[in-house]
Amino acid sequence: MIDPIFIAEAALNGILLGGVLALLALGLNLIFGVLDIVWIAYLDLVMLCMYLAYFLVTGYGWPVWLGGLAAVGLGALLGIGVHLLIISPILTSAPINQLLATGGLLFFVQSFATFLWTTDHRTVRLTLPIIEVAGMFLSFARLIAFVVAILAMIGLYLFLRHTFIGTAIRAVSQDREAMRLMGANPQRVYVVTSAVGGAMAGLAGALLIIQYSVHPYFGAAFGPLTFMVCVLGGLGNMVGALVAAVVMSEIISVGGVMMSTEMGYVIAFVLFIVMMFARPGGILTRRE
Amino acid sequence: MARLVAWALLGVIAVAPFLPMGGMRQYALHVLVQIFIWSFIGQAFSLMGRFALVSLGHGAFLGLGAYTAALLWNFWGVTPWVGGVVAVAGAVGLALVVGYPCFRFRVVGHYFALVTLAVGEVVRLLIIAERDWTGGSLGVTVKAAGTDASLTALQFADKRVFYYASVIVWLGGLWVWQRVDRSMARSALEAIGEDEGAAASVGIHVTRFKLGITVLSAALTALGGVLYAQYFTYVNPDTLSGIGVSLRIVFAVVLGGMYSLLGSTVGTALTIALSEYLRVLFGLKFIGMAETIYGLVLILCIIFLPAGIYGSLRGAVLRRLARRRAAPA
Repeated sequence: MIDPIFIAEAALNGILLGGVLALLALGLNLIFGVLDIVWIAYLDLVMLCMYLAYFLVTGYGWPVWLGGLAAVGLGALLGIGVHLLIISPILTSAPINQLLATGGLLFFVQSFATFLWTTDHRTVRLTLPIIEVAGMFLSFARLIAFVVAILAMIGLYLFLRHTFIGTAIRAVSQDREAMRLMGANPQRVYVVTSAVGGAMAGLAGALLIIQYSVHPYFGAAFGPLTFMVCVLGGLGNMVGALVAAVVMSEIISVGGVMMSTEMGYVIAFVLFIVMMFARPGGILTRRE
Repeated sequence: MARLVAWALLGVIAVAPFLPMGGMRQYALHVLVQIFIWSFIGQAFSLMGRFALVSLGHGAFLGLGAYTAALLWNFWGVTPWVGGVVAVAGAVGLALVVGYPCFRFRVVGHYFALVTLAVGEVVRLLIIAERDWTGGSLGVTVKAAGTDASLTALQFADKRVFYYASVIVWLGGLWVWQRVDRSMARSALEAIGEDEGAAASVGIHVTRFKLGITVLSAALTALGGVLYAQYFTYVNPDTLSGIGVSLRIVFAVVLGGMYSLLGSTVGTALTIALSEYLRVLFGLKFIGMAETIYGLVLILCIIFLPAGIYGSLRGAVLRRLARRRAAPA
């Protein structure tokens, strides 16, 4: 029998991981909602941002927060680049082509990273304390990541609610055709959305590099999980994304301790499949 | 004319193993066998893919097929002839279990792609998790049989046997594809792909048709997996079931052209030739460079040749012919 304290610790870690996962899912969700395209390579962009933060911090001695900001900047630039170079030309193509184009980007980024930096695992060594709460050990880095992720989500919420371009983004994701009828320029909205989505990827990368080591296959490890949380949360539903992220990361974290890491993922993915049948509109919606 | 070309091509394929190729024969045959096996798998995918049923989880059926046959043989000595039937039955079962609720509850488009992606990941992770049986991420080697039992074990030292076997399976795949292409089901499925509601309103049984084509596609993919396992005598979860494999299958098919008979074959031949060429070119020097170029080619093809290479060429030729016919001199 496993000591309950380990399970409690895993559960707590699950919640903390859920914050970052929700952030990632929201970035992807934003793009999916506005452009109706799933960026298969989203997590590989995160991986690139992690490498940037890693090199700036360990190679050039930048403070971590500055490296993180640089990662956010790179993420935004990558988002714009991906949109202008790859998504724009295929905006009206068949969905299969859209999936494949970003899938090609996945192969490209993954392999190019392998070519440049080999498959070594690289870690930013932070001397952050480990906190002990009632016999459980919590990493301070994870706590910071969780808090920053929640703050970023609140920031995104305010941006979408209270700025003009944010309102436009919400409008497009509700009805793309109407947007054009109103005489607005969708291209501008698309670019801003991609930049914001990319910046979220960058921020997530900065938060992940202080907890995990980065390697070229990081995206492949986290990607499928993120797509599922994104869809499970429901389009444009922030609370849903958070709930979905916490549920999935709980299953993976606790299941990982009680069985094996793979079985944790298997249960989470099966839950995703079942939920797609039961509640296709997201975890917090009812079936019509 | 087209018929003549087809027979000539078949003739070349038939005598290929006996052509003088010097020391290259084994290697050339190896590449050709791979092309035929993956083309067959690509055809199986395109049966579904052409009707807007984009599955990113064909690795699930592939892995299920390959592992079922390999493990039955390794643990109980069940001949792959029987193992193959079990594998196909398993894939049909999986397709039904996943497909029925998907179509019943109208999971379509990107959502369908993501559900199938999850199925592929589940199969891959289960293979890794059950490492006592399956060897986990290290994969498993199909046990070698003695030479006297090569027919029951479906293991042949001579590559030519596999060459002809893969050609026959490939031709079988083409035949199935052609049958579907010329059937009434094709029109029904095309209507469903365009607009499900409209199709249902004219009396097409949407769920039944979609389920039928999915089961067919899954069964053929599993068969491809069995063939793969028998030929390579080694199976590995990441080369058979991951998201990477599923994407590769889809890419080869789209590159060739999903809507034409030989599209997936052309696409597979090109992608395998490309990756073999890059592998030989870079060798062990620039690890990752070959895949980088592969990804780049993929993106460029999708942007500039949305109908695929074979599809675009065919379209161009047909247009030219039509113009010539329209304007008689």
